[in-house]
Amino acid sequence: MMNAVILVKHLTKDFKEVKAVNDLSFTVEAGQVYGFLGQNGAGKSTTIRMLLTLIKPTSGDIEIFGLNLLKHRKEILRQVGAIIERPDLYKYLTALENLRIFGAMSGVKISEKKLMEELEMVGLATRAHSKVKTYSQGMKQRLGIAIALVHDPKLIILDEPTNGLDPQGIADIRNLILQLSRERNKTLLISSHLLSEMELIADSMIIIDKGKKVVEGKVNELFDPAETLVELKTMDDTATFEKLQQSGLQKLIRGKRNDCILLKLHRNEIPGVMKELVQMNIDVVSFHSRHSLEDYFLSLTTGHPHVEIITN
Amino acid sequence: MKKILLIALLLNTVLFAKAQSVEDVIKKVKAKLDKVNDYEAIGKMKTNVVFIKAPIAKVKVYYKKPNKLRINNESGISFIPKGSVNINLNNLFVNTNGFDMIDMGKEAKTNLRIIKLLPKDENAEVVLSTLYIDESQSLIKKSKTTTKENGTYELEMSYGKYAEYGLADKVIFTFNTKDYKLPKGITFDYDDGSKKDQPTDKLKDKKGKVEISYSSYTINRGVPDSVFK
Amino acid sequence: MWKLLRIELFKIFKRPRTYIAFGAIAAVVLLFQIGMKFDGKTYLDLVLNNVSDSFEVTDEFKSKLLNGYFICFAILNILLIQMPLLVALIAGDSIAGEANMGTLRLSLTKPVSRTQYMLVKFMASIIYTLLLLIWLAILALFGSMFIFGTNSLVIFRSEVIEQMNSYDVLWRYVAAFGYAAVALTTVSALAFLLSVFAENSIGPIIATMSIVIVLTILSEFNIPLYDNTVKPYLFTTHMVAWKGFFYVQADADNKTIDGTIQNLPAILRSLGILVIYIVGFVGSAIWIFKKKDILT
Repeated sequence: MMNAVILVKHLTKDFKEVKAVNDLSFTVEAGQVYGFLGQNGAGKSTTIRMLLTLIKPTSGDIEIFGLNLLKHRKEILRQVGAIIERPDLYKYLTALENLRIFGAMSGVKISEKKLMEELEMVGLATRAHSKVKTYSQGMKQRLGIAIALVHDPKLIILDEPTNGLDPQGIADIRNLILQLSRERNKTLLISSHLLSEMELIADSMIIIDKGKKVVEGKVNELFDPAETLVELKTMDDTATFEKLQQSGLQKLIRGKRNDCILLKLHRNEIPGVMKELVQMNIDVVSFHSRHSLEDYFLSLTTGHPHVEIITN
Repeated sequence: MKKILLIALLLNTVLFAKAQSVEDVIKKVKAKLDKVNDYEAIGKMKTNVVFIKAPIAKVKVYYKKPNKLRINNESGISFIPKGSVNINLNNLFVNTNGFDMIDMGKEAKTNLRIIKLLPKDENAEVVLSTLYIDESQSLIKKSKTTTKENGTYELEMSYGKYAEYGLADKVIFTFNTKDYKLPKGITFDYDDGSKKDQPTDKLKDKKGKVEISYSSYTINRGVPDSVFK
Repeated sequence: MWKLLRIELFKIFKRPRTYIAFGAIAAVVLLFQIGMKFDGKTYLDLVLNNVSDSFEVTDEFKSKLLNGYFICFAILNILLIQMPLLVALIAGDSIAGEANMGTLRLSLTKPVSRTQYMLVKFMASIIYTLLLLIWLAILALFGSMFIFGTNSLVIFRSEVIEQMNSYDVLWRYVAAFGYAAVALTTVSALAFLLSVFAENSIGPIIATMSIVIVLTILSEFNIPLYDNTVKPYLFTTHMVAWKGFFYVQADADNKTIDGTIQNLPAILRSLGILVIYIVGFVGSAIWIFKKKDILT
C-alpha cells in the first residue's frame, strides 16, 4: 500500500515581483526515489527550502508524514535528512565533529560508534579527524550525505547531490541513493537539472519550469524509450533545414540550433529517415540521439511545429 | 601701712605682669618644647577638604629636632597638606635669625596671651605668626602663620597627658587649598545624569582642614633619620 | 537547550578568531601594566599637577597611589571602551557567519525552533562576553594586585577626588565587572541583531563598531543640544555607569563612608535602560529572524 510522505498542494512563493513557485502540487510516495527536475532557476531550490521550512510559502500547504509541516515542524524535521545545494560545513572542524554537531542537533542520541559507521559508509572513516577545509568537493558531498543520514531519517532530501562531482563521484552517489532506497527503505527526494541522471535512479519524477509543474509521473510512463530526440548535423544545416521543411520529414522537426537540427522520432523510423536523407542528397555529418532535460522540454512543446532558432 | 601694703601688692601684680614679658612667655613655651628631641606618635587623621572624600586614616607621626616631621598613613593613602610640618610647634621657632615680638595683650574671652612673631630674616618663608598662649601652662593653644608661598595656616591645639612636653592630644590644622579642577579628558568621570549638587559657594570655601587626634606619644626614644626620607 | 548551547560554545571555542580578543586584552593589560610599572609616576604627574600646590606629592605617595586597584581602574577605563569591539567580533558573526559558511540553512532544517536557535546563539555570546570579562578581571585586577599590591583607591574626577579604604574596594570591582557584563551584553545584542540581516560577518561587526563609536562620541562630548534630548537615551551613555560604583558617599566633613555608593539609583536606572536595550535588540532579532526566508 502506498502512502504519501510528501503532499504539496497549491504551493506558491512570491519574492517581491518574481513568482518563484507558482501553484505547485505533487506527491511523493513512501519508499520512492522521487526526481525533482528543472533547469537552474526553475524553482527547485525554493520548493525544497519550503519543504525544509527555510522559506515560508506565500500560500499553499505542505504535509509531510501526513502532518502539516508548519504546525508539526520539529516532529517532522526529526525524521528528515537533507543536503541543500552545496554541502557547506564547519570548515575549521573535523568531519567527525561536524557529524557529531549536526547529529546532536537532530534531537537523536547518536553513539560515537554510529558516527564512525556513518563515515565508513561514505568512505571517510580514514579522514574522520581531518579538518573539513582539507576536503575535496566530493568528500564534502559525501560528508554532507553522512550528515543527512546520521539520525536515520525516513525522508531524505538531496538538492543537486552530484553538483561539482567527477564521474566517479557521481556514480558513487548514484549507488548510495539506490542502496538507501532499496536496502534501507528510505524515501528520497532528489533534485537535479540532469534528466539522464534521474532516469537511472528515480521511480517517479516531476519536471518544473518557471515555478510551475510541466509534468509529473512515473519515470517508465513519462519516457517512452522508443521515442528519441535526434541531433542531426550536416554539411549545410540551413539548406538541410529548408529541404526538410518541404519534405515529408517536416513533422519530425523539433527545432534548429546553431550547429544542428533537432528531430523527434520513433526508433523504428530511424532507418527510413536515414534512407530519405540520402535520397534527398543531404550530406550527414552526424546523427545521434540526445537525452537532456532541455531536449525533453522541447519534445513536450508539441504545440509548435518548429522552433526557428533555439540558442544553446 | 595698709595703704602701702595695698600699693605694694598692686605694684607687685603689675610688676609681676611686667615680668611675664613676651620674651619670657616665649622662652617658657620654648623650654617646654625643647624637652622633646624626637617622638613617634600614633593617631587618627581626618582630612576635610572640599574636593576630597577621604576616609579616616590611622597615622604615625614622627618628629625629630629641629624641624623634621613626617606623617605616615599606616592604613592607606592620605593627602598630606603642604606646610603640615607646622603641626610641630617647634617649627615656629626655627629657620630664622630670631624674631621681633609684638605683644598684643590678651584675648578677652579666653584670657590667652596674643603674641606676634615677625622673623627678622627677610627671606624667611614665614612672614608672620600669631600665637595664642596659655600663660599659666606655657602652651600654645592657637597659632596663625602667614607664609609667602603657601597662604595662611592655622593651628588649634588641645592638650592632655603630654602637656608637660608641649605636645597636643589633638591638632586641627587649617590651610588654604587651591582650586581643584581637572579636564574631563584625563579623569575617570562619567555623567550619571544627576544635577551638580555641589553648591558653588561651597567650592569657594578654600579652607582645608586636617585633624589629628593622638592616642600616644613615644618621646625621646630616638627616631632614625631614614623615616624622614 | 543545554545541549545546543554546548554545541554553540564548542563551535565558538574551536575557532582561532575567538582567541584574538583574549590575546588583545592580555596585550593591552600587559602593556599598560609594564608602562605603569616603569613610568607610572609621570602619568600620575598629569593628574596630580593640580593638587601638588596644596599637598605633598612625594615619590612614595605616588607609588602608593599606583596600587593594583588604581591600575585596574585605569585599565577598565580604557578597555571597557574598546571591549565592545571585541564582543562584536563574536556576536556579529553568530548568525551572519553561519549564513556565510552556508551552515545556517543546514542548522535550521534541524528540529530546533528558530527562537531557540537564536536564544542559544545569544546565550553563547553572553558566555563569551563573561569569559572575556573574567579573563580581564584575572589580568587587570588580580594581576595588578599581584604586581602593584593593594592600597586605598584614589580616583581623580574632574571636580572631586574619591578615596576609599582598600578593604572597601573589592566588592566594588565585583559590582563593576557585573555591570560591565550587562553593558557589553548590550553591544553584543546590537551586533546580534545586525547579524541577522547580513550574509557575511564583516558587515555586522563593522556596523556595530561604527554605531558604538558614533554614539560614544555623542555621549562623551558635551554638546548642549544633545545633553538632555538624545544623550540620556543612548545606551553608550549608560555603558560607563560602572564607574559609579567607585563614587562614594561622604558625610558633612567629607569623610568617606565605607560601603556606600554616591548615586546608586542612577546606576540602577542606567542598568535598567541597558536591559531594555538588550531585550529590544534581542527581541527584534528573534522576531525578524523568525520571519526571515533563508536564502543563503
